[in-house]
Amino acid sequence: MSEVSFKVNGSAVTVDVEPRTLLVDALRQNLGLTGTHVGCDTSQCGCCVIHMDGTSVKACTMLAVQAEGSAITTIEGLAQGDELHPMQAAFRDHHGLQCGFCTPGMIMSAVDLLQHNPKPTEREIREWLEGNLCRCTGYHNIVKAIQAAAGSAVSSPMAAE
Amino acid sequence: MYAFNYHRPSTVQEALLLLKSAEDGKLMAGGQTLIPTLKQRLAQPSDVIDLGRIKELVGITEDGDAVVVGGMTTHGAVATSPLVEARIPGLAALAHLIGDPQVRHRGTIGGSLANNDPSSDYPGAVLALDATIVTDRRKIAADDFFEGMFDTALEEDELITSVRFPVPAKSAYRKFPNPASRYAMAGAMVAVTVGGVRVAITGAGPCGYRWTEAEQALEGGLDPAAIDGLTVAADDLNSDIHASAAYRANLVKVMTKRAVEALA
Repeated sequence: MSEVSFKVNGSAVTVDVEPRTLLVDALRQNLGLTGTHVGCDTSQCGCCVIHMDGTSVKACTMLAVQAEGSAITTIEGLAQGDELHPMQAAFRDHHGLQCGFCTPGMIMSAVDLLQHNPKPTEREIREWLEGNLCRCTGYHNIVKAIQAAAGSAVSSPMAAE
Repeated sequence: MYAFNYHRPSTVQEALLLLKSAEDGKLMAGGQTLIPTLKQRLAQPSDVIDLGRIKELVGITEDGDAVVVGGMTTHGAVATSPLVEARIPGLAALAHLIGDPQVRHRGTIGGSLANNDPSSDYPGAVLALDATIVTDRRKIAADDFFEGMFDTALEEDELITSVRFPVPAKSAYRKFPNPASRYAMAGAMVAVTVGGVRVAITGAGPCGYRWTEAEQALEGGLDPAAIDGLTVAADDLNSDIHASAAYRANLVKVMTKRAVEALA
C-alpha cells in the first residue's frame, strides 16, 4: 500500500491505496466523493472528469498515486454552500440534464472550457464536449447551458429537437 | 489491473536505472494508453515507472530552424503553444485533433510515439516534417523510427527525451477520425520542407509511412488533381470493424487531397 497526499476541494487528505488504485476509485471509495461517476471505464464517456491542478482530466485514466501533491476539484467542490456554481445553475435553468449520470463530468469539463476560452462559439462548445457522452439530452440543452454560463446568447439548436 | 510496484523518478537518469533494475518494468508517460491497457489486463509489468514528474522532459523551445518538443509535453500543450502555432501551425492543428480535451491534457508526444499505435496522429507529423526523435542515447531520423504495428526503432530500455521538428514552409494535416474514439482511420500530413514536398500517411497501414508516389506527383505543384491518377494498393492496409482495407485505401487519397487543398 502507498500513502498518497493531495488536496481535494481545498482540504488536505491522505489515502492509503495500492499503486494500481485508480484516482476515481480513491475519490469514490476512500473519500466518499461519489459525485464523480464511472461510466464507460474506457476513457471515452467523461463521467469521471475532475480538475487536477486546474485542468480537466479523466479520473478513470489516472492512478491515485499520480495525484500526489496535487490540488483536485470534484463536482462536490464547485458550489459555495447552498449557492450553486454558475455552471451548475445554468444546467438546471436550461434543463441540461435528464438522468444526470453524465452531468458531473459535463459540468467539470464545461467549467474548464470557460477557463480556457471564456466566450466559446457553439461549435467550440460542441468540439470541447467530444470527450463527454450524454445518452439522454441530445446535447442541445447542455450546449445552451454552457452558452448561458458564458454570458452568451443561447442559440437555437443546430438540429431538430 | 494486476498489481505492480510504482516509481516516480525526477530525472531521466533515475528513470533508466529503475527500469534497468526492474524485473519487467514499463515506462509510463501520460498513461492514456497504458492505464486502459493495464485495466484490461493486457499487460502485467512488475514495475511502472511514472515519467510525469521529470521536469526536463516537458516544454517547447525554438532552436535555430526547429521547434523542439519535450517527450513529456502533452498534446494539449502542443495544440495551444503560441510558438508551435506561429512556427508550425499544421503541427498545432494535428495535436488539437488527438483524442478529446481531457486525453490531450494527459497524453504526451513521447508516449504516443513510443507506443506507435497504427491509428495515432503524430507519426504523420514526424514523417512529413522530417523530425528527429531524440532519446537518452541517440538521435533517430523519422524515416528510421517507425518499424511496424506498435513497433519502433527504440531499444527496450530507451526513452524519448524530445522530438525536433524542422520548421517547414507550410504543412497541413487532414484525417478521417473514427466517430467514437477519434483515432485516425486514415490521416495525411503534407509538408513543404527544405528537402521538397513530403507526404505522410497514418491510420491506414501497420504504422505511419511516406507516400512517395504522392510526393513525386506533387513536385510539379500543390495541385490536388495531381493525386487523382495515383493508385493506392489495399494489400498492406489495415482492415477492422471500422473500415476495410479498400475503404482505407480510398481514404488515403481523399485525406491527402484535402491536405493539399489546405496548402494550395
